[in-house]
Amino acid sequence: MTVLFGVFLLTLMVITALAIVRTPNLFVAVILTSIFSLLMASNFFLLDAADVALTEAAIGAGISTVLFLGALALTGDHERASTSNRLLAMSVVAVTALIVIYATFDKPRFGDPLAPVHQHVSPWYLERTPEVIDIPNVVTAVLASFRGYDTLGEVFVVFTAGIGVLFLFGARPMHKSGSPEIKTTAPDLGLRHYLIPRVVGRLLIPFILLFGLYVQFHGDYGPGGGFQAGAIVAVAVILYALLEGEAQALRVLPQRVLTGLMAAGALLYGAVGVAGMLLGGNFLDYSVLAANPITGQHIGILLIEAGVGITVTGVLLSVFHAFAARGTH
Amino acid sequence: MQLLGLYHYWVFAVLLMVGFYAVIAKPNLIKKLIGLSIFQSAVFLLYITMSKVEGGTAPIFQEGVENQIFSNPLPEVLILTAIVVGISTTALGLGIVVRIKEEYGSIEEHDIQEIDQR
Repeated sequence: MTVLFGVFLLTLMVITALAIVRTPNLFVAVILTSIFSLLMASNFFLLDAADVALTEAAIGAGISTVLFLGALALTGDHERASTSNRLLAMSVVAVTALIVIYATFDKPRFGDPLAPVHQHVSPWYLERTPEVIDIPNVVTAVLASFRGYDTLGEVFVVFTAGIGVLFLFGARPMHKSGSPEIKTTAPDLGLRHYLIPRVVGRLLIPFILLFGLYVQFHGDYGPGGGFQAGAIVAVAVILYALLEGEAQALRVLPQRVLTGLMAAGALLYGAVGVAGMLLGGNFLDYSVLAANPITGQHIGILLIEAGVGITVTGVLLSVFHAFAARGTH
Repeated sequence: MQLLGLYHYWVFAVLLMVGFYAVIAKPNLIKKLIGLSIFQSAVFLLYITMSKVEGGTAPIFQEGVENQIFSNPLPEVLILTAIVVGISTTALGLGIVVRIKEEYGSIEEHDIQEIDQR
């Protein structure tokens, strides 16, 4: 049954991807991308990757769609027919596809426990997590503690991308020629005049926030953690901005605060690492944070996951507001 | 099981190439970015496919259950963070596209090249 469902999902994914590339309407393409991400998330879930499925659903199907739509509002949603050499591109793609498919025959059998990828560090992580870190979710243990350096680096990549977008949009357009200015009739009203979205949306926002906090603090025990929680909290605020209008959302959470959050999360993560050094351990070694090494690990993971969540929320909301504000100026 | 595994890898190859085609053949910059994110998703699929262990479950310990088989947590960690980094880089790309639209008045490759050659 799972096999059948897996094949079904994968086939749907290929069809969706082909439709995305074929359609000349970019709005349709973006909505299809959202469906594609949802299918991908279901497929990740079938492949035992619950944490990844949660991330893909929150980010791929949620935030990414909002950002693409925000960009489309500024650039127009119709794609001109391609005049480039389609035949040449086709043949390059076909040849590469054949080479990749040929390579797949050398891959280890699907689900083979003896495949090389399962031999090196992973058994060590699975074996040592209960005694060294003692949290049930091995993915969180590897992400936050064993490979804390990687995650620190990735948080800084997210931070840098956020700063990059703010810099790009910090510059005012030099001349107003070319595109007609896109003006929304009442930019600040949002969906306030529509009864059903307003009532349902207001009802949903507290629960989305609560779920975000649950995902944040339950990440040690079940699927979840800072990355997913940051995205879910950002979604709640974006929904608020859509319902009540940009200006109202910025009154609740001003851009100053968001910029502060971006930096604060990354700094909190780094500070936990430095605290470990000051207490006599290595950088990002949480064992020295408390008298009992395992309690130290728990405190360290809680703090850095909070840092990750804060930065991700700050960056995603700043980027959203940057796109949205561009349209109304 | 064997066929499903190969099917996963083939779907990976096809998705990779669909994304690649959009990047090289479509002149619209937003379409290129969408293609790039499909390309990226295909790579995620490859990693997660490799992390699956037959008869395994998500790598989360349950109390009172002994001798569970777990799928590989490491590729899951790598892809989890890669998804978040992916959206950040996509956001940066979209930001650049919006700026290009403001300066050139178009996001079609040919128009931009034409304006540059003037």
